[in-house]
Amino acid sequence: MIVKADLHIHSVLSPCADLEMSPVNIVTRAAQMGLALIAVTDHNCTLHGPLTRSLAARQGIYCLFGAEVNTREEIHCLCLVDTEEQRLALQDYIEQNITRIPNKPEVFGYQVQVNEQEEIVQEIDYLLHAALKRSIDEVAGFVHGIGGVFIPAHVDRPKYSVTSQLGFVPPSLQYDALEISKNSLVEQFRKSNPIKPNTQFIRNSDSHFIHQVGSTYTEYDLENLSFKCFKEALLGQGHSSVLPVV
Amino acid sequence: MTVKDVVEALNLKVYSGTAGLNKEVTGGYTSDLLSDVMGNAPAGAIWITLQTHVNVMAVATLKDISAVILVKGLEPEANTVVQSNNEEIPILGTNLQAFEISGMLYNLIHSK
Repeated sequence: MIVKADLHIHSVLSPCADLEMSPVNIVTRAAQMGLALIAVTDHNCTLHGPLTRSLAARQGIYCLFGAEVNTREEIHCLCLVDTEEQRLALQDYIEQNITRIPNKPEVFGYQVQVNEQEEIVQEIDYLLHAALKRSIDEVAGFVHGIGGVFIPAHVDRPKYSVTSQLGFVPPSLQYDALEISKNSLVEQFRKSNPIKPNTQFIRNSDSHFIHQVGSTYTEYDLENLSFKCFKEALLGQGHSSVLPVV
Repeated sequence: MTVKDVVEALNLKVYSGTAGLNKEVTGGYTSDLLSDVMGNAPAGAIWITLQTHVNVMAVATLKDISAVILVKGLEPEANTVVQSNNEEIPILGTNLQAFEISGMLYNLIHSK
């Protein structure tokens, strides 16, 4: 089955995201855009995963759990997992390792968790945009250790990317794919970075506003709509694959 | 002035790359964005940073950096040490933060 996926969407938990970005609105928009696979990846936070997954299921959409983790080098990385047990492990790792800075909502924005009725159930009091005290290699190792997928985000961008912070993609970095923004071509990026020839690239919207959800996506040919097949597609295993990203 | 002279004058710790302690120091550059260092650091500079990743050594080699100073007591990662020894570019350390050590290095270089 050909699946349209947008795996980098921020909700109202992210201080920089619009207050319209509730799980209800995200799923509604994802359905309108024909997405079948999504992930809510807030900055250093997985807490909107379970609600979004249950809402998405009613629309026939599968929602992965995860977060956009900010490493010690201030590199944003998509960390995607599947089970509630994995999500809790990732959430715990983030909470144990994040630099605790009190949030100032009037400066950075609100960080609220909401329910299906869009009522606020929790406000996170520490700044979710802060960096973890763990290096990119350590975060990659942790995510792989719990069976997750590790994807450095918007690798071509001049801010918070592996290339802005570390100059180029480290040849030793263990990643499952690289996320490239809509502003660059894969061929151009390869010219300036000594990356493995079999590196898989994907694109996502990095949505902070509701109209952006699904505006940029990647298509996958999956044997079935599951995390296992998604992971196999990235790694070029089994019968699933990623449709060409140029 | 050599890297060794700077180590002694600023009371720096030497983590690795001792074979490069006689390199000539002709300036300094303070930045934590490796993309910025790649574009702008002058050859012969001592590079002051908080980044400890192995890519630091690749960029230092590319730009002919004379030595790297890690600030705030940060220590290089194991593979960064290996590359420092291979490339003979010393990694030095201080407990001071970047502003303070940058000022001291500036005064040292410009007083000669």
